[in-house]
Amino acid sequence: MAEIAIRTENLTRNFGQIKAVDGLSMEVPGGIIFGFLGPNGSGKTTTINLLLGLLEPTGGKAEVLGFDTRTQADAVRSHSGALLEYPGLYEQMSAEDNLEFYGRVWRMGAAEGKARSKELLTHFGLWERRKESVDKWSRGMKQKLAMARALLHRPSLVFLDEPTAGLDVVAAASLRDDLAGLTTREGVTVFLTTHNMTEAEKLCRLVAVIRKGKLLAVGHPDELRAHTGAPHFEVVGSGFNENVLNMLRARPEVSAVEVQDKRLSVQLRQEMDVAPLVSLMVGAGVQVEEVRKGKASLEEVFLTLMEEER
Amino acid sequence: MIADMLTVMWKERKGLFVSRGSRSRAMLSLLVPLGLVAIWFPFIEGARWVSSPLALVALLIPIMLVATTVPDSFAGERERHTLSTLLASRLSDRAILFGKLAVAVAYGWLVTIIAILLALITVNAAHWQGHVILYSPAVVVADVVLTFLMAILVAGVGILISLRAASVQAAQQLLVMIMLLPPIILAVILTVFRKQVASALSGLSFLEVVLIAMGVLIVADVILLMIDMARFQRARLILG
Repeated sequence: MAEIAIRTENLTRNFGQIKAVDGLSMEVPGGIIFGFLGPNGSGKTTTINLLLGLLEPTGGKAEVLGFDTRTQADAVRSHSGALLEYPGLYEQMSAEDNLEFYGRVWRMGAAEGKARSKELLTHFGLWERRKESVDKWSRGMKQKLAMARALLHRPSLVFLDEPTAGLDVVAAASLRDDLAGLTTREGVTVFLTTHNMTEAEKLCRLVAVIRKGKLLAVGHPDELRAHTGAPHFEVVGSGFNENVLNMLRARPEVSAVEVQDKRLSVQLRQEMDVAPLVSLMVGAGVQVEEVRKGKASLEEVFLTLMEEER
Repeated sequence: MIADMLTVMWKERKGLFVSRGSRSRAMLSLLVPLGLVAIWFPFIEGARWVSSPLALVALLIPIMLVATTVPDSFAGERERHTLSTLLASRLSDRAILFGKLAVAVAYGWLVTIIAILLALITVNAAHWQGHVILYSPAVVVADVVLTFLMAILVAGVGILISLRAASVQAAQQLLVMIMLLPPIILAVILTVFRKQVASALSGLSFLEVVLIAMGVLIVADVILLMIDMARFQRARLILG
C-alpha cells in the first residue's frame, strides 16, 4: 500500500469553455475512506475518470498508487476497482457469471475466482441467489453485487461513485455497513464520491469538498467543522424574554441568538464551556429543562462552504 | 492480448446465446436467413444453385446477423451502462474491440457455413439426380471467403455507426440500410446494364470475379478496422 494513494497537482479538465475540474491539488492517504463531496455537476465523476486514466487531463497531473495517470493508466486500472455512476452489471447474466467474467478480466485463476466470489457474495448476503439473472434483483442487491465486483481482485484502491444514490434508507444503510466492514477487513483505500453528508460523516476519515471543479476544503470532518461551522448550544425551557435575549447578545462570546417556541439557540464565536452562560440565564429567570451542546453537522459545513463560494 | 480477447469473447458469447431471453431471440433472428438460403432458394433453383453465382445470396446472412449483433454489442453496452465499467478495468481498448468483433463475425460466418451445407442437403434431397451434387470450387470459395470478409465489413461499419448512434435500434436500422444499399444498387446496375456488364466480364471466369471481389473486400476491411481502432479509444468513449 502506497503511503499516499492519490496525489493530484493542479489537475484540470476542460470541456470546451467549461472547467469540469479546475486546478485540483490534494493528497489521499492510503488505507482510509476518503469522501469527495460536492453537489451534482461539481466535477466528482470527471475527477474519478481522470484518476482512472479514462480521460486525459487538460492540465496538471495525477498519481494514483504511485502511477502517473497519463502515462501509466493501465497500471492504475490494474490495481484499482471501480463502482461508477451505474452498477454496470450484465443483467441478462447471473450474479455468478458477472463475477466470473470479471474474475477472468482480472486474470484470477478459476479456483481463486470462485473462492473469492463465494466469500464476497456470502458477505453481501447474495450467495443463495447467485444463479439468478441480475435483472430480477432490487437496486440495492445490484449495487451490492457491483461492489463485490469492484473488490473481487483485491484492489489496493476502490473508486465508488455515489454508491448509495437511489437506494432506499434500509438498503443504503446496509450497503454502508458492508462498505465499512470490508474496508476495515481488507485494508483497501476507498475514494467515495457522495452528496450524502450523513454517509460521509459516518464513513470517511477525510473529506474534500468540491464545487464547480474547484476544491473548497479538505480535512477531517471535525477540522472542517472547526474551520467552518460555528459551535452552538440549545436550551429547552421557558422564560426567554427580551431581557434575557439582549443580555446574551451583549456577551462577546455570543454571535447570534434565536428563539423558536420553547427552544433557544445560541451561536458561539468559539468552542467554550457553556455553564457560565446557562447560569446567567437561570439568574435572569429562565426555567431550564435541557441543555444541548452541538457541533455543526457536516451538512452545515458543506452548506456554509457552498455559500462562501457564491 | 489474446487471453483478454478470449475473455471478452466469453462474455459476448454468453450474452448472445447463454443468457436467458437471448437464446430465443437469437434463434428467431436465424430463422429468416436460414429459411431463405438453406431451404427456399435451393429448393426453387435445384442443381443450378450449386454452380451459379446465385449461391452468393448467402452473403445476405452475415449482413443480416452481424447488423443486429454488432450494434447490440457496442451501442447496447453503452446504452445499458456496462461499457464504462468495462473501460475502467485492465482490458485494453483493442482486446475489447477485437473480442466483440470476433464473436459477431464468427456468429455471422458460422451460421452462413451451416446454411450453405444445409442448402446442399436441400438440393440433393429435393432434386436427387442419382449422385451427390456438390458445389463448384468457385462457389465454395465465394461462399466461404466472401461471406467471412463481408461479415468483417458489416462489423467494421457497424462499430463506427454504433459508436455514434443514440441507441441500439437507431444503429441497427442505419446499418441494415447502409449494408443493403450496395447489393440493391448492384442488382439495379446488373438489370439495366446487363449487356454492358456481361461484355465487360466476358473475359473473366466466375472464380476470377470472386477473387477481384475478395481483393476489394480485404482492402475495405483493413481500412475499416484501422478506423475502428482509432475511434474505439477510452478517451473518446468517456464523455465526462
